[in-house]
Amino acid sequence: MKGRLLISAAVVSLGMAGMAWSQGNSATAEIEKYREMLGDGNPAELFEMDGEALWATARGPKNASLQKCDLGLGAGVVKGAYAQMPRYFADSDKVEDLESRLMTCMVKLQGFDRAELSKKPFGTANYKSDMEALVAYVVGQSRGMPMAVPTAHPKEKAAFELGKQIFFYRAGPYDFSCATCHAMTDARIRMQDLPDLTSPAGSQRAYTSWPAYRVSQSLFRSFQWRLNDCFRQQRFPEPTYASESTIALTSYLATMANGATYQGPGIKR
Amino acid sequence: MNVMRRSVLRSMGAGSALAAMLVTGLIRPIQAFAADWSKAAFEAKTVPDGMKAIGASGAAESKDVVITAPAIAENGAVVPISVVSNIPNTNSISIFVDKNPMPLAGSFEFANGALPDVAVRLKFSDTSVVRAVVMAGGKAYTSHKEVKVTAGGCGG
Amino acid sequence: MASSMRVRALLKGDVTAITAIVSHPMETGMRKDGGKVIPAHFIQVLTVDVDGKRVVTSHLNTAVSSNPVFNFKVKGAKVGDKAVVSWVDNLGEKGSGEAVVAAG
Repeated sequence: MKGRLLISAAVVSLGMAGMAWSQGNSATAEIEKYREMLGDGNPAELFEMDGEALWATARGPKNASLQKCDLGLGAGVVKGAYAQMPRYFADSDKVEDLESRLMTCMVKLQGFDRAELSKKPFGTANYKSDMEALVAYVVGQSRGMPMAVPTAHPKEKAAFELGKQIFFYRAGPYDFSCATCHAMTDARIRMQDLPDLTSPAGSQRAYTSWPAYRVSQSLFRSFQWRLNDCFRQQRFPEPTYASESTIALTSYLATMANGATYQGPGIKR
Repeated sequence: MNVMRRSVLRSMGAGSALAAMLVTGLIRPIQAFAADWSKAAFEAKTVPDGMKAIGASGAAESKDVVITAPAIAENGAVVPISVVSNIPNTNSISIFVDKNPMPLAGSFEFANGALPDVAVRLKFSDTSVVRAVVMAGGKAYTSHKEVKVTAGGCGG
Repeated sequence: MASSMRVRALLKGDVTAITAIVSHPMETGMRKDGGKVIPAHFIQVLTVDVDGKRVVTSHLNTAVSSNPVFNFKVKGAKVGDKAVVSWVDNLGEKGSGEAVVAAG
C-alpha cells in the first residue's frame, strides 16, 4: 500500500512537472533556507569527537588502537582518505568502502571478529554505535576535499560496473530499482527532492552530503545505513552489512560524484 | 526574566557582599540558576498565561524584534529559529511556539557585551506561529512569524 | 548518545560567535515507548561565560530539540579568551564545555 503511494507520488510529480515546479519554487527556496539554518551547527560533530577518541583508544583482544589503520593513503592517514574511497586494497585483495575497511582494520589490528562487528553496526536511541562514530570522525577529515575515487584498478572498474547494474536492477514486490526514483530530474516525493544520481550534478550533491546526522532520529547515519534505507523503501530484503553488492553500489555512486567537494558530515531532516 | 533574578537577589539579601558578587556574575554556580527556572512561565498552557508569567502582558508589536525562521520546515522536531532585537537596552529574549502544549520554549538573558541575538532549534507539535518577546528597559516588545511543518517523504 | 559537548568561539570584526552543541535527549515527558511514558529529561539552564564574566543565561523548556545547538554573539571578547558553556537539567545532571576564542 505504502509502496503504491510512493509510486504514484513519483509519477504525479513527474507528470505535472511544469506545474509542480512553478508552485513548488518558493517552497523549495524555504526548505533550502531551513537546511541552511540547520547547517550552522551540526550535532554530527559530537559523533566525530567520539570517533576521534575511539580511533586512538586501545581496544579489542589485541588491545590496539586504529592509529595504524590504512584507509588507502598509508597507515594512519585519515585526512582526505574518505574522499578517495571505495578503493582497491592489496592486503585484502578487494575493493572496500569505509565501513568494510574499518572492519578489516578492527579485525587485523584489534583482533575483533568480522561477523560480530557486522551484527549491530547501526546505532539506536539506546545503543551507541562505535562504527558510526568512527565513520563520523573519518568522513569529517575529508570535509572540503575533492572527491577522487580511484578507477584504474580492474577490481575498481568491476565494482563500478556491478554497482551500476545494481542501480538499474528492478526487483522486489513493486518491481523497483534505485533508478525508479533517482534517474529523473526535478522530481520529488512530497517536499523531498529526488536527486538524479545518473547525472554528475545530482550525484555529486547527494553523495557529498552523506554520511549525515539525521535530526528525526537524533543519530548519525553511515552510508551503509543510507543504502539499507533505500533498499527498505524499495521493499528489498535488507542487504548484508558491507557486502560486495553494497560496496559496489557505493563505488558507482562515489565515482559518479568525482570532482565535487566533499561536504559531509551532512545534516538531514 | 529580570523579575526572577531580582526576586532571587532579594531573598539572598541584596546588601551583602555575596549579592554584590552575584550581581557581577562571578561566583554564582550554575545550580543556583535552576532555582530561577520559572515553573509558572514554562508550564503555562497558553501564550497569554506564559506572557503574564514573564511580565510581558500587553507587549507592543515591534518591527525591531526580528525573527528569522523558515516558512516551511521539513521536520517539526527541529525548527531553526533565530531572534535579533534592535531595541536599545534589551535584557532578554523569550521565544514562544503558540501551538505547543507549553508555549514558552526558552528565555535568554544577556549581559556583559552579549548581543541580543540568539539562534536555537525548537520542536513544533504542529504548524504554528512562533513569537519572540523582548524585555528592554522594563518594557515588553513582540513580533511573530508562521512556520509550516510538513510531513517528510523519504531519504534526503 | 554522543560526546557531551562541543563549543566554538570565533571572533570576526568585533563580534564573537559562540556555538554550543550539547549531547542531550531533551525528552518532553510526552513521548511513549511501548505504552510507557518516557519521563521528561531536559536542560533547564544553560549559561555562557566569557573571560570569567556571565554573558548569557538561558532558561529552557522541553521544546528545545534533542542534541541542541545554540548560537550566541558577544562583543568585546579577545582572541585567547576562554568561553565556557555550562548546563544543568531537570534531573540535576550537569555538563560544561569550553573553547578558546579564535580568529574567525
